[in-house]
Amino acid sequence: MAEFVDGYLLPGLWIVGKILLFAVPIMIGMAYLTYAERRIIGAMQMRKGPNVVGPFGLLQPFADAIKLMFKETVVPTGSSPVVFFLAPMITFTLALLAWAVIPVDSGWVISNLNVGVLYLFAISSLGVYGIVMAGWASNSRYAFLGAMRSAAQMVSYEVSIGLVMISVLLTAGSLNLTELVEAQKGLWYFLPHFPMFILFFISVLAETNRHPFDLPEAESELVAGFMTEYSSMSFALFFLGEYMNMIMMSGMVSILFLGGWLGPQDMLPGLSVLTPVLAWVPGIVWFVLKICFCLFVFIWVRATFPRYRYDQLMRLGWKVFLPFSLIWLVLTAGFLVYFDKLPQ
Amino acid sequence: MAINASVRTALLWELLTGMWLTFKYMFGPKVTLNYPYEKGPLSPRFRGEHALRRYPNGEERCIACKLCEAICPAQAITIEAEARADGSRRTTRYDIDMTKCIYCGFCEEACPVDAIVEGPNFEFATETHDELLYNKNKLLANGDRWEPELAKRLELNAPYR
Repeated sequence: MAEFVDGYLLPGLWIVGKILLFAVPIMIGMAYLTYAERRIIGAMQMRKGPNVVGPFGLLQPFADAIKLMFKETVVPTGSSPVVFFLAPMITFTLALLAWAVIPVDSGWVISNLNVGVLYLFAISSLGVYGIVMAGWASNSRYAFLGAMRSAAQMVSYEVSIGLVMISVLLTAGSLNLTELVEAQKGLWYFLPHFPMFILFFISVLAETNRHPFDLPEAESELVAGFMTEYSSMSFALFFLGEYMNMIMMSGMVSILFLGGWLGPQDMLPGLSVLTPVLAWVPGIVWFVLKICFCLFVFIWVRATFPRYRYDQLMRLGWKVFLPFSLIWLVLTAGFLVYFDKLPQ
Repeated sequence: MAINASVRTALLWELLTGMWLTFKYMFGPKVTLNYPYEKGPLSPRFRGEHALRRYPNGEERCIACKLCEAICPAQAITIEAEARADGSRRTTRYDIDMTKCIYCGFCEEACPVDAIVEGPNFEFATETHDELLYNKNKLLANGDRWEPELAKRLELNAPYR
């Protein structure tokens, strides 16, 4: 009995606790991301945004959640119900799964996987299945077109995302996300890899189906794309999945390019006065700040740019980003070998 | 020139200027009106909810000439009338179907005694259709309720009629 408690029960509970420690803040963060998005876009369009429910409208996400829960779930005729309901669950689960390997501070990670980058890449690629299944199972033209677009788009942009990641990995010399962050001590990778940082961020916008690449759910053309036939909680799961993907991708950008949980004290040796202050701030605060910055840019871009046309999107992916990231990869490798700077 | 343009494209120059613009607007003044608490200005000619007015001595103005009923393009007005004991002609029934009404204002223009008018009130939404079938009592009550504003609107508009 003691063996069972010590060997299985306590570690199991510890893991569940850790997962909750990650999942609950992410869910709350995601709820307030929807609120922040509406407020920021409102401000940029000279509006006020939601400001009625609670002080400054802060309870708006809960009001929305309650509304969605009490709506009727409509299952379209001719849909295939199992796949129809599986699709949002897959999207939602995958968006949460990715957080298993993301370190929020030195050692604060559920699973310190040696191939964390590969795992992240695999999980974010799997996300397309939820969308394709939703589009197919809905038995609706709009949903189907949206799913087709989404699949093509995600496949195209994953290629350049992968190549950019390889450039970063070459510089860091590790696939482990924790080591990847530690390798950035003193020089965050967005400086040496600046063009790739921009390119990666734009690819991430396309990967998460965000504006200006939101063709899969283009309102003016496809109603709501693959989400057209969804209502109530199944819609909410898709919606949450999308926003959680945004947070996850922002985390990825922070880890790959913005030095993860590292504070800026190593980057700014000139500011030695501030070093103790900056070093005193816990790493998780820096990480959250970086994620918030990325999310703000996500929203900012949405408020600014019109939607791409589909052929433009494909051209950008295959004819601009892919060659550019490939050239950069060769340059990085060449530079590292020529100056003998390959990490051991 | 072509080099200049391609450098601009590669540096995402247009995109960055666009983003700078939206960033500036984020801190600019907002045009939103907090509607139920703040309201926009209304012209004295605004055509809202109808009202039947009375003379200062309490006698109702409407003389049942039925000009409004005749001119109403939506045929939303129904009037029945008979002579009273003192010989004056007054309505026994004055109904407006507010769901038929198109708020054109012809009724108030046709009225020779300024009895039927459209007031400044536009917040009379109801939960049922029946509540929007106004009868004479409702219209007279509206008139009593809004009389100060109705009189002021008529006075402001008088030079143009």
